[in-house]
Amino acid sequence: MKVPLTIDGQMVQIDSGAPIIDAAKKAGAVIPTLCYHEALKPYGSCRLCMVEIIINKQRRLVTACNFPVEGGMEVFTDTAKLRHIRKMIIELLLARCPDVSSLRAMAKQMGIKSSRFKKQDSTECILCGLCVRFCEEVVGVSAIGLVNRGIDREVATPFKVASDVCIGCGSCTYICPTGCIEMVPDKKIPQMRIMKMGQHSLNPCINEFQCETCIVEKEFFEDMRLVIAEFRNS
Amino acid sequence: MKQIKTVSDLEDLRKSILKQRDPEKITIRMCLSTGCRAKKSIKVISALEDELNNQGLQEKVEIKRTGCHGFCEMGPIMVIEPANIFYRQVTPEDIADIVFETILKGNIVKRLLWKDAGTKEYTKTEQDLPLYKKQKKHISYNSGKIDPTDIEDYIAADGYLALCKALNAMTPAKIVETVFASGLRGRGGGGFSTGLKWRICSAAPSDIKYIIANGDEGDPGAFMDRSLMEGDPHRIIEGMIIAAFAIGAGRGFLYVREEYPIAIEHLSIAIQKAEEYGLLGNNIMGTGFDFNIAINKGAGAFVCGEETALIISIEGKSGTPRSRPPYPAFEGLWGKPTIINNVETLGNIPQIILKGADWYSNIGTVGSKGTKIFSLVGKVRNTGLVEVEMGTTLREIIFDIGGGIRKDKRFKAVQTGGPSGGCIPISKIDMPVDYDSLREAGAIMGSGGMIVMDETSCMVDIARYFLNFLLFESCGKCVPCREGLKQMHYILTNICEGNGEKGDIEALTELGHFMISTSLCGLGATAANPVLSTLRYFHDEYLVHIYEKKCPAGVCKNLFEYMIDETLCNGCTLCRIRCPEKAISGEKKKPHRIDTAKCIKCGICYNSCKRQAVIVI
Repeated sequence: MKVPLTIDGQMVQIDSGAPIIDAAKKAGAVIPTLCYHEALKPYGSCRLCMVEIIINKQRRLVTACNFPVEGGMEVFTDTAKLRHIRKMIIELLLARCPDVSSLRAMAKQMGIKSSRFKKQDSTECILCGLCVRFCEEVVGVSAIGLVNRGIDREVATPFKVASDVCIGCGSCTYICPTGCIEMVPDKKIPQMRIMKMGQHSLNPCINEFQCETCIVEKEFFEDMRLVIAEFRNS
Repeated sequence: MKQIKTVSDLEDLRKSILKQRDPEKITIRMCLSTGCRAKKSIKVISALEDELNNQGLQEKVEIKRTGCHGFCEMGPIMVIEPANIFYRQVTPEDIADIVFETILKGNIVKRLLWKDAGTKEYTKTEQDLPLYKKQKKHISYNSGKIDPTDIEDYIAADGYLALCKALNAMTPAKIVETVFASGLRGRGGGGFSTGLKWRICSAAPSDIKYIIANGDEGDPGAFMDRSLMEGDPHRIIEGMIIAAFAIGAGRGFLYVREEYPIAIEHLSIAIQKAEEYGLLGNNIMGTGFDFNIAINKGAGAFVCGEETALIISIEGKSGTPRSRPPYPAFEGLWGKPTIINNVETLGNIPQIILKGADWYSNIGTVGSKGTKIFSLVGKVRNTGLVEVEMGTTLREIIFDIGGGIRKDKRFKAVQTGGPSGGCIPISKIDMPVDYDSLREAGAIMGSGGMIVMDETSCMVDIARYFLNFLLFESCGKCVPCREGLKQMHYILTNICEGNGEKGDIEALTELGHFMISTSLCGLGATAANPVLSTLRYFHDEYLVHIYEKKCPAGVCKNLFEYMIDETLCNGCTLCRIRCPEKAISGEKKKPHRIDTAKCIKCGICYNSCKRQAVIVI
């Protein structure tokens, strides 16, 4: 059932229960995101896609990636409050990862010269969880996961030992918005590649990297080529 | 033992249990809850058994192993019925005296009685203790009175009557409406209307529904859920069965943290016994209603107390909260409608069903009904569990029940609601405690922890302590909570170490409000409370730390010095003897002096001086 709602004053019709971000796209509104990807279930961790909504005469702050639309909802995607929130998020992330170019570009766009906050031990991972969710939901192997909690949270293989389920497909490197996961050729075996993520190297492919015979690789790239192209264009 | 099939079966059983009991028989109630066990109450009990056997009294005296009595500081606690004589800090060496004097002769062993530190008076019986006098024990009534591993004890204390009434005389809709009308609000922290939650869940269309009892209590200094689970497990189970019947759930989960082994043991026994008696399992009391309970042991993550994280944890994944909607009442455990209630909330259910919504809604304030158990800890004289009516003032709780501040120091603040709660200052001490007043004061009810602080507590350091706890206990999923906490903790550490700068207070305030409005779950949204509430009420203390580089409470080591007030010092040499760094010099009966270059600020001289001559500057 389609319901009407307004995005920045513009009327849109969309299926009830669809996330706000879909409605915003329809209306042509641009909402910045970091942990969102169309191919994956919404996660809501970066909080960058926050929008203001008025529902039942109450004003609320919600994340556009996972908050379901309702008929009569008013959505505002670019208010002073939201700009402040987004700036804070980028500043905080920039303090965590000062060398990530995609973050720096976003900061520049928002008029942030440098983060006010204390710079930390340099990491390039913003813990958006895209790689982990892609590995689980699309590739279906869960070779990597988010381990520990609080400030110790990180992306790693189980027990931080070489994974025996990683197929070396490389989708994590494609989807990573900061480029902190790399694929490197294996020096010992020609034509093999190993995923490098910080200090943990994941196991090489179980198919001995005979990519031309790999069903997973084939199907995956057929599906993903389109999605990735679209993602990069957007 | 026969299965209970009808209402009259239960009534018959209750009568036969009561008939077998002699109210005049000497019964020794000994606390075997975590607090008293830590103080070796098991050794006391075995010494007592040996002594009774030696005297040939084993038939005349009954020993009852109970749950928490509430006065945990004074453990191991022993109460001797029928006179209700209250003995505290009982050791195995005291047993001979107790048996010889009290049991055989009926005399009191005075040295074991509780003595008021202020008035120096002894209190003889349990009911005369100031800690108990002002309490209204409804939920924790049985705890400390019954043997939690004995279902017949619970049945004798009107146990399972409410279940009987709910299953036989009420419809599920009627139960939901009764709970709604009672005004009961969730005791886990959020304070959401329990009846409304049930109503939403019972309306959700699904064949399969679940009920979860949240016993994942993780606040530092809070232990009311633990004591309830240890001392009166059947009450929680009864509440769960009624809730399950009301919403149509077939399976229930009790989520208890692994660190609570006694609670898990008692709950397991209670589930097994309830099943044996036909009060749990298939075809409960012959009504055709099926309900089973399983215990889930949590690994001790604070964030798993958050309902969505708890659900994900039961599903077998790592406990991280997810965004709501969908709310668990629509889509919870394994995508099915699920009710999550705190164990204390469920403990309220039997009495509401039994005595009615009107009776319950007459207790408490306009917005918060019933009673609430608080764990009163910190710099207060009487530490323990207290159950009071909603709307009781902080002054009554801390000074009348808690006996005031230790060592006659000045009261400074009370921290309510655990690590994500706030500090309430002296100016608000006459505030009635309920959900709304606490929120207004910048704190939260939380699960009911109350940490009392005196003039020797530094509020900046307290804020830093709680933030440090949350830093490692946040799940780390969303940016505001993870990165915001990290930055706030960094700023606070700087202030405490004497590196505070202009702009720090503004940055803390901005980060705090940012976290409240943007965090994913309740933990992040309340994580800034310790900082914001101390900034609100103890702003001057932050200013002194930042601009004058002084810590008036004498906690932040870089920001104060110890000095001896020469007019007060009588040269007793105690500080000089105890100082581990030999930083104090002086002759007998002459004022001493501290060499600040050698002093490591351990505080031993400060705490040992009997004339308060060691001062903080």
